[in-house]
Amino acid sequence: MGMSISHIVASCMGGIRTSGDLVAWMQMTQNMRINEAKAYVAEKLKIDVIDLTNEDVMRNLREDLGIGTVVSVAGSPKGIRAKKKIAELLGIKIRSVDLFDSQYR
Amino acid sequence: MSEKFSTRMGDGERVWMEAAEIRADIKDGTADAAERAGIPELSKDEQDYMFEIIADPCRTVSVKQGAEVTATDDGCTMAFYAGQDSGGNGTPLSRMQAVLMYERACAACTTNIGHTDYSIKPVKAIINSEANDYYNISMVSTAPLFYGAQPNMGLYFQPDGPCPNAAELMPLGKIDEARKTQEDASNLLKEDILFVVRRLAEVGLEGFNLDTCASAGDADFLAVLQATEQLKKELPDLPLIVGTSGEFVLGMHGQVTYKGQQLAGMYGHDQARISEEAGADIFGLAVNTSTNESVQWNLARATTFLKATSQACSIPVHPNVGMGVCGIPMMETPPVDAVTRVSKTLVEIGGADGL
Repeated sequence: MGMSISHIVASCMGGIRTSGDLVAWMQMTQNMRINEAKAYVAEKLKIDVIDLTNEDVMRNLREDLGIGTVVSVAGSPKGIRAKKKIAELLGIKIRSVDLFDSQYR
Repeated sequence: MSEKFSTRMGDGERVWMEAAEIRADIKDGTADAAERAGIPELSKDEQDYMFEIIADPCRTVSVKQGAEVTATDDGCTMAFYAGQDSGGNGTPLSRMQAVLMYERACAACTTNIGHTDYSIKPVKAIINSEANDYYNISMVSTAPLFYGAQPNMGLYFQPDGPCPNAAELMPLGKIDEARKTQEDASNLLKEDILFVVRRLAEVGLEGFNLDTCASAGDADFLAVLQATEQLKKELPDLPLIVGTSGEFVLGMHGQVTYKGQQLAGMYGHDQARISEEAGADIFGLAVNTSTNESVQWNLARATTFLKATSQACSIPVHPNVGMGVCGIPMMETPPVDAVTRVSKTLVEIGGADGL
């Protein structure tokens, strides 16, 4: 695990701590290369690309948007509820969210 | 007396080397990759920058702010609860707890679960249990959750599987028989990949990581490409990662082709291109680490292969950066100084879209 953590700290965006999960969704679902994916997500979040990994910006923005925060905010969306909002925010299809939605129909 | 810099060998041993020695290793490493794969060497400026990264006096290094990339993985969450043979810490966590720890405590961009054996064949027998776990975890995780498994065609040969063992037939000169049994194993493997992915897709699978592909050679890779093509027809919205197992595809069969292209001997840039043709969404490059050479030699090779791979396809490229791959030392506990130098170099010089 130490090796994985070293990579994350040295080179990676930081998942739900910042916006790494959002950029990963764009790479996975739209085959976007890293710079295109970051530009797309930054535009959707209405922030500068440099702030995608800025905890000072992303912490509150994620809570405001209800897309899950790395600290546990009681009553704030996490898990599938956060992913539903992420799919809507990014305009993408997330298969687990589709299944979740289908269970309400 | 010349200043010496701390660096590592490919097995993790610390060595002290002069600047000229480090520069020579970088030059030799990139030349080796370029000659083998018929691709360009790293430029003089890139080699100079790589020297700066290796010779940095700080224990850890990192990419410049704004240059960060995403992280996908091949079962890293398993390292929380697995044992020594999987590089695991042995902490008594459930798979769900491990995923949430990785997502929230480690801030990973994506997470992953898989069978403890991490091969397709054993998943088949317990697919409903895996589907149940996947579904339950996907309901509480926020970051993308992959299911991962290696094709591992070797498990289809006797005594572990139904097919006569190609590795036993070849030394007997039974080449045609060895090829035939690999073709049979490849077909079984392809069907098992389809079976597993289709079932998981029914429970909202967010992405599948076909990891360490072609470990049993070209027929193994063929099964992956054929399965990927079929899955993209059936499930066009399902993200698929195809990650390979070495810098070139071993020609254990030697004659199998995909879309008219011989798979044996394909280097990373061709592996990526053909994986994209089959329908892969992300490609995972693997470059073997030589334990007899320095980290900078191995890293210069890996970065040279990566740069060519990144330029050869239009999908994101996430080089594999586990133990013994793409410049990471081949040991259970790769030193943090070496890991971060590999990480930074692959992103800033190699053009990685993720790790």
